[in-house]
Amino acid sequence: MPGSVLILGGRSDIGLATAHVFAAAGHNIQLAARHAQTLSAEQTDLAVRYGVNVDLVEFDALDTAHHEAFAKALPVLPDIVICAVGVLGNQAADEKNLSSAIQVMRSNYEGPAAILSVFADLFEARGSGTIVGISSVAGDRGRATNYIYGSAKAGFTAFLSGLRNRLARKGVHVLTVLPGFVATRMTEQLDLPKALTAEPKEVALAIERAVKGKRNTIYVRPVWALIMLIIRSIPEAIFKRLRL
Amino acid sequence: MILSGWGNFPRLDACLLRPRNLGDLRLALSRGPLIARGNGRAYGDSAINPAQTIDMRSFNRMCAFDSTSGQLIAEAGVLLADIISVFLPRGWFPAVTPGTKFVTLGGMIAADVHGKNHHCDGSIRNFVDWIEILDGNGNTRKCSREEDPSLFEFTIGGMGLTGVILRAAIRLRPVESGYIAQDLRPAATLSDAIRLFDENPTASYSVAWIDCLARGQKMGRSLVMFGEHATRADLPAERRDKPFSIPARRAKSFPFDAPSFVLNPWSLALFNEAYYRNGRRRAGRSLLDWDAYFYPLDSIHDWNRLYGRKGFAQFQCVLPLASSDLGMRVLLDTISKSGQDSFLAVLKRFGAEGGGLSFPMEGYSLALDFPIHRNTIDLLKRLDSIVLDFGGRFYLAKDARMSADVFSRSEQRRAAFLDTRTKEGWRSHFTSAQSERLGI
Ligand SMILES: Cc1cc2nc3c(=O)[nH]c(=O)nc-3n(C[C@H](O)[C@H](O)[C@H](O)COP(=O)(O)OP(=O)(O)OC[C@H]3O[C@@H](n4cnc5c(N)ncnc54)[C@H](O)[C@@H]3O)c2cc1C
Ligand SMILES: NC(=O)c1ccc[n+]([C@@H]2O[C@H](COP(=O)([O-])OP(=O)(O)OC[C@H]3O[C@@H](n4cnc5c(N)ncnc54)[C@H](OP(=O)(O)O)[C@@H]3O)[C@@H](O)[C@H]2O)c1
Repeated sequence: MPGSVLILGGRSDIGLATAHVFAAAGHNIQLAARHAQTLSAEQTDLAVRYGVNVDLVEFDALDTAHHEAFAKALPVLPDIVICAVGVLGNQAADEKNLSSAIQVMRSNYEGPAAILSVFADLFEARGSGTIVGISSVAGDRGRATNYIYGSAKAGFTAFLSGLRNRLARKGVHVLTVLPGFVATRMTEQLDLPKALTAEPKEVALAIERAVKGKRNTIYVRPVWALIMLIIRSIPEAIFKRLRL
Repeated sequence: MILSGWGNFPRLDACLLRPRNLGDLRLALSRGPLIARGNGRAYGDSAINPAQTIDMRSFNRMCAFDSTSGQLIAEAGVLLADIISVFLPRGWFPAVTPGTKFVTLGGMIAADVHGKNHHCDGSIRNFVDWIEILDGNGNTRKCSREEDPSLFEFTIGGMGLTGVILRAAIRLRPVESGYIAQDLRPAATLSDAIRLFDENPTASYSVAWIDCLARGQKMGRSLVMFGEHATRADLPAERRDKPFSIPARRAKSFPFDAPSFVLNPWSLALFNEAYYRNGRRRAGRSLLDWDAYFYPLDSIHDWNRLYGRKGFAQFQCVLPLASSDLGMRVLLDTISKSGQDSFLAVLKRFGAEGGGLSFPMEGYSLALDFPIHRNTIDLLKRLDSIVLDFGGRFYLAKDARMSADVFSRSEQRRAAFLDTRTKEGWRSHFTSAQSERLGI
């Protein structure tokens, strides 16, 4: 019997697509989201399609005071936890509005890192589990057009790498997922280049493969590894003058 | 953005919206007339409204399945491909399927699709238990044969012109395997093909491919294909314990619009000749998997681009039984004399007529593809008048250019449809480029 999968940010397009892929392989699913009950159509859909058990659980990534209680109250301690929580924000507007900038920083770093810390401890104690964090290529280097979001993702990427290092000998696998552009609710207002834009299902399948293959870090689509290598290797003296 | 149907003709500048919930959908409705769009597999302009085209593919959840009756309740944007991948492993197959699995439930109901089993089972209408629809006032209405039967009748085959289908209950059929036992029979002439259909009225599936390029004596030569769902016992021993799994086919994509010389009279002639000869050699019984049997074109994604930038037009008509043999011969003769050749020509026997504005009627249906050239539209007009002469009608899901006049002469039910549309207020909320063109 494949283990149970918890999706944090269960309404996210990538998160839901990932739920479908794991449910199709027979995993029971827990969808954790704000206003979780509004996901009942998705719950039924997953159950009808794949005959798996699907639970909805109320979860707010920013309510860190209750994260431990949240994890303890879950119907079952999951074998795999996937964090798809994120907020893109609006760089230009957020530069002028500190409280919304802070919201972006907290939603992409503080909340996700906090809840995964809780699962790290539980998995470590149990001696098994997989932790998947969806970060972003935006965290690979800060750029004028999205450094608020990017810096929080950079923090999250670093957190995941540290967590992996800590848990490597404890039987717990940590996977960092770095998508480039993905066609989701988050980006539906943007005009994305088709050749570089993945569908949520592609990300989901890549996550499934990487979980099975115990990979450390993956880029989706893989071409983003090359793009980010180039972007990271531009000397700062030049980089700071570029419009990216 | 530029939007078109599967034939890439016509291309219209349209505003495409993709609502995620009922609230978004109601908002669009309050702004003005709209048309629902499924997966865009209708060939022409049925699923385009320049002001508001509503992509329904986010409404794609399955709601319930009853494993005793085979009834599936699902949202309109669910793809047939998903229905098959979920339910075939449990022993259920769509009761009616068009020649592609990349269609939505809503699109299948709105076009009242028919399959190779129309002569036995009728169109999908016969397997729809109820429909939930969003009406012009933004209210949801459930309709069935008992409840609001007029809405039910007109919605099936109504091409999106009665409201937005939100959910529906359809019945699947139980099958023992994912394979079809095919019997392939060459027919030297059109009349032979028709005789083969007539002699095999109980075959579950039947369809013929016609070599449109064969002239004179050979005119109408075809390959007639009969099929039955294979039972477990029909399968070779090594497949019997996994009757629903089939060998994986790798999808290929047609990556660019082909230059127009790719499909020319010579390449077509070669293709048709080879196809016919090869078919004659393979004549007889064979076992095909469901994907190869029902959806041969689906393994080449975007095959429509083979026809190049100008796109192509489908032409599908049905002639009443009595005039079919003669009428089809006149159609084929006109095509072969025009020098404009069809790549795919499919002949199908239909059973009894359904209701509403549904396309099928008892008789024979012919479907053709024409790449758009200078003279294509003229040829199609000539075919229109032949169909009218023989008392036939046209399939709206394939139509991209018929005139309002031809439509009204082919369709006695038009007046009743239009009356109901006006009376119910559908006409001021649900319109497509096609409905405007046809004046309905
Ligand atoms: C290769 C190929 C083979 C085909 N073979 C067959 C065949 O054998 N038999 C057959 O009958 N057809 C056949 N078709 C036609 C196809 O089945 C129909 O055009 C079908 O309607 C396409 O479904 P769709 O989801 O793509 O709808 P679209 O093409 O997007 O829309 C078609 C119509 O349905 C309406 N519609 C879509 N969704 C909704 C909704 N939610 N509510 C209300 N109205 C809606 C649209 O307004 C439009 O009028 C074939 C098409 C192709 C490309
Ligand atoms: N789309 C891209 O191009 C792209 C690229 C790289 C990385 N990513 C990352 O991929 C992940 C998934 O995003 P997506 O593209 O699928 O977009 P999405 O559909 O907008 O998903 C983001 C999800 O985060 C949830 N969320 C935000 N704040 C939360 C909080 N405080 N508590 C609980 N949930 C919260 C949202 O929940 P609500 O529904 O309740 O608002 C939403 O479901 C994100 O981490 C994103 O940063 C996306």
